[in-house]
Amino acid sequence: MYQEVILDHYKNPHGRGLRDGDAEVHHVNPTCGDEITLRVKYDGTKIADVSYEGQGCSISQASASVLNELLVGKDLAEAQKIQETFLELMQSKGRIEPDDAMEDILEDAVAFAGVSKYPARVKCALLSWMAWKDATAQALGGADAERKTA
Amino acid sequence: MTQLPGLLDTEAIRKDFPVLDRVVHDGKKLVYLDNAATSQKPRQVLDALSEYYERYNANVHRGVHVLAEEATALYEGARDKVAAFINAPSRDEVIFTKNASESLNLVANMLGWADEPYRVDHETEIVITEMEHHSNIVPWQLLAQRTGAKLKWFGLTDDGRLDLSNIDEIITEKTKIVSFVLVSNILGTVNPVEAIVRRAQEVGALVCIDASQAAPHMPLDVQALQADFVAFTGHKMCAPTGIGVLWGRQELLEDLPPFLGGGEMIETVSMHSSTYAPAPHKFEAGTPPIAQAVGLGAAIDYLQSIGMDKILAHEHALTEYAVQKLSEVPDLRIIGPTTAEDRGAAISFTLGDIHPHDVGQVLDEQGIAVRVGHHCARPVCLRYGIPATTRASFYLYSTPAEIDALVEGLEHVRNFFG
Repeated sequence: MYQEVILDHYKNPHGRGLRDGDAEVHHVNPTCGDEITLRVKYDGTKIADVSYEGQGCSISQASASVLNELLVGKDLAEAQKIQETFLELMQSKGRIEPDDAMEDILEDAVAFAGVSKYPARVKCALLSWMAWKDATAQALGGADAERKTA
Repeated sequence: MTQLPGLLDTEAIRKDFPVLDRVVHDGKKLVYLDNAATSQKPRQVLDALSEYYERYNANVHRGVHVLAEEATALYEGARDKVAAFINAPSRDEVIFTKNASESLNLVANMLGWADEPYRVDHETEIVITEMEHHSNIVPWQLLAQRTGAKLKWFGLTDDGRLDLSNIDEIITEKTKIVSFVLVSNILGTVNPVEAIVRRAQEVGALVCIDASQAAPHMPLDVQALQADFVAFTGHKMCAPTGIGVLWGRQELLEDLPPFLGGGEMIETVSMHSSTYAPAPHKFEAGTPPIAQAVGLGAAIDYLQSIGMDKILAHEHALTEYAVQKLSEVPDLRIIGPTTAEDRGAAISFTLGDIHPHDVGQVLDEQGIAVRVGHHCARPVCLRYGIPATTRASFYLYSTPAEIDALVEGLEHVRNFFG
């Protein structure tokens, strides 16, 4: 499950550190104590920045780095598609073998496919993605704001 | 093979535990070092469970048919075994629960609903410690919130022991109950019972001891402890899950009110009110975990056939060996006492800044099962400024070779993330 890509992101995280944002959330993974504080900055419906600070295992921290790399600069609709595809992959219990179409959408995030076989670690991988979804709901209007982890 | 003084004949013992023969992850021999979470079960216990269901299964304390009488005798026989195992003055002081958490919640609720002089209210104080398992923190927080009582606790020293320097300020005339762990599940510390009990008795406070990590590993004598309540669970001592014990002093159990109401805990019931059965039945509402109690009885027979003092000596030798070997691993920091003195066989540690989940996962790939995380004792992690720990914990079937495998596994982890 520890793909080289994951270890690279863990050792050299992208976009780490808290910067100016429209909304901030703090999510925890109570079973293992992973934590993330995440801010989103929107320019209309374009994601201007996702900044974060956190502590936790290599899976949770690498996943936040991949999220930053994938989502910053994207339009919300496209980002939501990426998030939903990643969620589908992580909930697949190892049954989805990512194809080219999925790889085009998820890029480095396909490296987490192996994590989906380990139920205890799926929450680690999803922590920052759920935080991003929550922060986005808060930043773009509270109507559909929800707060939950996977 | 490493020979240490006091070791049990693990080659023979391991034959009793079928699961220890398992291989995992394509041929890796299982190295099970997660005994503080739950122990494995010997064949003798598994046989007792299936024999109960195959030959005797019936509900207890009701019905006049053969099976009901035999099932009742087996269930109550298990109570006798527990009473003897912990040197209880009376079998009626042994209450079966589903686990230690339920036992501790039961004590907290007895005291919350009690009349004077036991009643916990807004003018009184509850004392616990910073090294408690969440199961000995949260019930008392709930009780404090519901009654307005003040919750106080002993802090920890840097080397993982209770800081009793301010014991006279923590335990005062206002203290109604002092509840603390005998052996810490995260630090491994064996706590100084006598000093705490003496102070509690001075001020007339009750004492509750969480013996979950003690009962499986050492002789337990509730009379010698001089506590008022002692809680532990079966599944950490070779018994099935779903069976726990609360021992309480008889006069207290007579005076204190029931918590759960239902079948089996009553004397007579009318639509207006009920009277209650004497202890222990007053505290055992509903159909109890019968097969599980029988399994606990079989586990006690098994442990006693080996000898609790011998199990203690075995684990002490292993712990001494393990703390020494682990302290030779670069960047490894033991969280808790760094010697085997007054220490149980659960050893928590951090490894550089590698997250314990990653440590645990890479060890698992080598077949080594450890526990990672907060160990349901998050305040301890906060106290020592760490997000979590990796914990290796031993039992009567653990071997020095397994400790060697752990140390080798940790080298592999360091290389992997280094």
